[in-house]
Amino acid sequence: MYQPLWLTFKLALVTTVCLVVIGIPIAAGLARSKSKLKSVAEAVISLPLVLPPSVLGFYLLLAFSPQNGFGKMLNDAFSLRLIFSFTGLVLGSVIYSLPFMVHPVQAGLEALPSSLKEASQTLGKSNLTTFFKVLLPNIKPAILTGLILSFAHTLGEFGLVLMIGGNIPGVTRVASIAVYDEVEALNFSTAHVYAGILLAISFVILLIVYTTNRHIFKNRITQ
Amino acid sequence: MISINIHKQLHMAQGKSMLNVNVQIASKSFTAIYGPSGAGKTSLLRMIAGLMPPEGGCIEVEDVTWFNSVKEISLPPQNRDIGFVFQDNALFPNMTVEENLLYALPKNADRSKVYKLLKMVGLDNLVRQRPELLSGGQKQRVALARALVRQPKVLLLDEPLSALDDINRVSLQSYLQQLHDEFGLTTIMVSHNVSEIFKLADNVIHLDNGLVKQNETPARLFNIPDAQHELTLIGEVVQVNHTEIFILADGNVIKVKQTLQTADLSIGSKVSIHAADLSLKKLS
Repeated sequence: MYQPLWLTFKLALVTTVCLVVIGIPIAAGLARSKSKLKSVAEAVISLPLVLPPSVLGFYLLLAFSPQNGFGKMLNDAFSLRLIFSFTGLVLGSVIYSLPFMVHPVQAGLEALPSSLKEASQTLGKSNLTTFFKVLLPNIKPAILTGLILSFAHTLGEFGLVLMIGGNIPGVTRVASIAVYDEVEALNFSTAHVYAGILLAISFVILLIVYTTNRHIFKNRITQ
Repeated sequence: MISINIHKQLHMAQGKSMLNVNVQIASKSFTAIYGPSGAGKTSLLRMIAGLMPPEGGCIEVEDVTWFNSVKEISLPPQNRDIGFVFQDNALFPNMTVEENLLYALPKNADRSKVYKLLKMVGLDNLVRQRPELLSGGQKQRVALARALVRQPKVLLLDEPLSALDDINRVSLQSYLQQLHDEFGLTTIMVSHNVSEIFKLADNVIHLDNGLVKQNETPARLFNIPDAQHELTLIGEVVQVNHTEIFILADGNVIKVKQTLQTADLSIGSKVSIHAADLSLKKLS
């Protein structure tokens, strides 16, 4: 019974770790970019905020399908099947939750006075040292917000998972799908357990975000 | 010798203007860059530091080329032998006073230098404090000490005293003077405070609308005759009434009687007060 919950947390955790590795460099790139293409990149990253998850899921389904280009290449080269697999879910979730990591971190970096970076440069420090020793430690609340929101958003996935993962117990059957499944089977007591746990965790997570950093959340996520 | 010959189009609040500077600055001198807001003072300083690229020209420091548009040389700030003190002090909030200075210390360098510097600016009892708990004057002293950890040849200061009250300003001026002499620095300071320039600088570059209007000693620039031989205070008029003028000079307000010569003074006028004009009284 607890397998869907365990799978949900595993997915959220792996996705969040991937987003730290991918999202923070993207946020840093956007924060310092003056390129005209910056708006295009920002729009693409923000798409999951407004797009119905089923639409994103539909395109990912086509992309991951072993019959088509990208999916075929992965299948032929690495025998890797993204469709109806946990790896595919992680990849889909990373794309789906990307704006929730990128936005707070980018806002945090942009709000830092440029003199901090410049002071570090005039003290002889490389851009990489400056980034890790000066910039990142001074946007801790923004990073925390990004982490928590990415995690929470992945917990709440439904449409995307259904499209590219289906409903395979132990592989792709996460809690949100399990709730739907149990209700369909008129198994309300089990649905209550899943729904109640998801509700409680989501509430606690949002409470942490609002109490630690209202400012960044308000400024960026509601835009 | 620092030789600067650069130009750049600047986008100022009052529109576009061309910064065109060709000056020489003697080694170990204290030079002030003076002029109205929007004259290009900070831009010039940032171009010397490598924080802003000029459009063309060259910057040479002791025969080392820092920038040359023809040869396509532009050293990054990291490779220029500078210390820079920002107007907003730019202390790293995530580090203590001590850590701010240790961060600047090159690898394997002697840490005792950091503590010696902190002692010199009178902050050796605040080493473990976070910057947010310090006063404005203390913050600028940390910034000054941090800028000197790498023992640069050139110290660049962007209006470091402008946000301080008069008492802190006077105290930081003495620290600055002392450090400049002790480390044999070539110091370039942006300032629009006449008394500060007069007190500290050997030389003033007067910028106006992107051009060097004058490059003179402070005494000549501000037209103070033979200043070395008599006590002269530089101040600003803070209040005027029918009979008296109140002048703020060196942190003190001085009251002077109105005369025919002072009739055109108003609040904000810059003035010099000469000891010869004042009376003396013996203290009991």
